[in-house]
Amino acid sequence: MKLCVLLFSAAREIAGCDSVELNLRESATVAQARAALFQSLPALATRNGILLWAVNNEYAPDDRVLQQTDVVACFPPVSGG
Amino acid sequence: MIALTQQPIDFASLTESVRSHQAGAVVLFLGTVREFTGEARTAWLEYEAFPEMAMAALHRLEAEVRGRFSVIEVAMSHRYGKLALGDIAVAVAVSSPHRAQAFEAGRWLIDTLKENVPIWKKEHYADGRTEWLQPEPVKDSRSAAAIPVAWTFLSESSPEIVPDA
Repeated sequence: MKLCVLLFSAAREIAGCDSVELNLRESATVAQARAALFQSLPALATRNGILLWAVNNEYAPDDRVLQQTDVVACFPPVSGG
Repeated sequence: MIALTQQPIDFASLTESVRSHQAGAVVLFLGTVREFTGEARTAWLEYEAFPEMAMAALHRLEAEVRGRFSVIEVAMSHRYGKLALGDIAVAVAVSSPHRAQAFEAGRWLIDTLKENVPIWKKEHYADGRTEWLQPEPVKDSRSAAAIPVAWTFLSESSPEIVPDA
């Protein structure tokens, strides 16, 4: 399946774009999306472990199963306020 | 009242929105753009938001604070875009029958907002450096949210013009 991942903040700047499309197998997890993202954008891989993932506006753990219609985002720890 | 805005925050009307005859206490917190952090001098700040998730997260915070504290009304507004020194970045107002709960609920709200709501702050220093800020550790937080390892992304750039406030 094709999955669009939104990027924010320093992740967006490092990637040089605000979203990226990944090719994943059906029922892929967040962990597999992360691996595919790092393969597509190796510069982000140096940030492994400190990029957070969200699915449909909620933080998502590594084992969260993804669907093509999900809104998926990847970003550094938040710093609002 | 929950808002995410690129316009200046009207904290007077935000505060007014939580007042009532049932509330003996109203607490307002304002987060404002500070010029000095240690030796580093800030020229202006840029806030980036993931608007859809940020609004969802703010609404979840309102539901959660109502479950944890005896609050009557809650109002939160976060600004994003370019902010000048002194500008209000975030406002949180809570009302409660008595002051202890109003203070506790307000403290919990701003602490948890800073840990959870997908908004990022980029420092533009007076010397031209820029930096995506790392999260500030929150002491004595009652939130279960883990604070991930800090992220610092430094880059050199030429001095930029302070935006119109």
